[in-house]
Amino acid sequence: MAANQNKQSKMVGKQSIIFRDPPYIISASSVAGKKEGEGPLGHLFDLIHEDPMVGKKTWEEAESELMKQSAEKALEKAGLKSQDIRYLVGGDLLGQLIATSFGIVDLEIPTLGIYGACSTMGEAMTIGAILVDGGFADNVMAITSSHFAGAEKQFRFPLDYGNQRPYSAHWTVTGSGAVIIADKDSHKKEQGASVVIKGVTPGKIVDFGLKDSMNMGAAMAPAAFETIKQNFEDFGVKPDYYDKIITGDLGYVGQTILIDLLGEKGYDISHNHMDCGIEIFDQEEQDTHAGGSGCGCSAITFTSYILNQLRGGNWKRVLFVPTGALLSQVSFNEGKSVPGIAHAVVVEAET
Amino acid sequence: MSDQKKGSISDVLNEKDIQKRNEFYNQYVKEVTPKFSVFKNSVKAFLIGGIICTIGQFLTTYFKNLGQNEENAKSYTSLVLILLSILLTGFGIYQKLAKFGGAGTLVPITGFANSVAAPAVEYKKEGQVFGIGCKIFTIAGPVILYGIFSSWVLGLIYYLLKRFGLV
Repeated sequence: MAANQNKQSKMVGKQSIIFRDPPYIISASSVAGKKEGEGPLGHLFDLIHEDPMVGKKTWEEAESELMKQSAEKALEKAGLKSQDIRYLVGGDLLGQLIATSFGIVDLEIPTLGIYGACSTMGEAMTIGAILVDGGFADNVMAITSSHFAGAEKQFRFPLDYGNQRPYSAHWTVTGSGAVIIADKDSHKKEQGASVVIKGVTPGKIVDFGLKDSMNMGAAMAPAAFETIKQNFEDFGVKPDYYDKIITGDLGYVGQTILIDLLGEKGYDISHNHMDCGIEIFDQEEQDTHAGGSGCGCSAITFTSYILNQLRGGNWKRVLFVPTGALLSQVSFNEGKSVPGIAHAVVVEAET
Repeated sequence: MSDQKKGSISDVLNEKDIQKRNEFYNQYVKEVTPKFSVFKNSVKAFLIGGIICTIGQFLTTYFKNLGQNEENAKSYTSLVLILLSILLTGFGIYQKLAKFGGAGTLVPITGFANSVAAPAVEYKKEGQVFGIGCKIFTIAGPVILYGIFSSWVLGLIYYLLKRFGLV
């Protein structure tokens, strides 16, 4: 193992990684549904589908199509073909990754399917960046998707069933986002600054015993808290180090809890915290209660709004923390609580 | 800090016992989560539920005026209400009514019809047998099972009481 000793360690702190050759995000795509298109970020998405079925026969087929289109869009924007992608890392919310399996099959890219509930984009980008920085791949695509109707069917009730959603309930985002992570920067300079993944803090599963499956923000907030706190400690930084600390889909309830939890540990993030679930919909106008959720929520917010802000020079460095509620109907019916998970990705604009 | 209500965020983070910490956290979450106003919800439920029941009464009176006896008129009323509910479910309207009316749409027979029709629409794509056949009663199933079971229990009690000459 002599070779290993020559290698500089990329491990920092307890559970973080700092990349020696930070991989570039050379391309990103966002495909969204109608409601998302009508939201505050609507003008930033690459494609918006008016038809919730996306011209298909089932919700599952529709979500697969969203994923396929976002993969193709990311390739097109990078000027690459699917053969140029060494590996694809991706996942979704549907049972056994239906959308990923059926959406990606035609692209013929070696695929690592992952499940991290709504934190999937963070997990995919983490693995993608590790593969590229480690020299195991030149181009990796990180991709995920979610669909409102598919998620309702899988986790809650049939769409036409008459019930009232509590204020703590989220609205699953219909959409798919993809990024291409590469060892060489090839994005067009006129589109703004180069963006790199500086480091990552993969999170652990955190369970504070919450029994309310309709309050996912509260289920995920402790996980986001642990990951963000660990990121500060591992990198030896304060909240101000980041222009924005961006969680995936904590929503209004989860945001309150996260700020409270970190505040208790002496970290004030109230001024630079942002949540994709809050940004993506207009709570009042669109009646989305706690905010957006789903894998697609953080994915398409990142690939449109967040990346735009970084490329445009408005933000220099963000901590992107997609959050997931590891909920299953089976475990919930069996009386189990809802554990959460969150993965943090340090994304920087190069000047 | 001793007079502070248990369940504040510092209690959650400082509690070493996992079970207690989880209890504190659940309490804390309850406090920070906005809730529906029960009064407003009750008024809306009364309004929508009342309208449904008024339609029902109108139908019963109408069928009676057509010369049907009480029992027949009531059966026809149920059938018409079920039909209306299923149509509204299919057109995606019942869900919107329920969002507003809450229990007002859940309690009448229309709510029951909706809970059967909605899975039928949703699972149709999984086939006639494994889709509609297996899943049509995913929501209404418990009501049917325990409804029949409790009438069986009541029947047994009635039988015993009769046997001992108490009724």
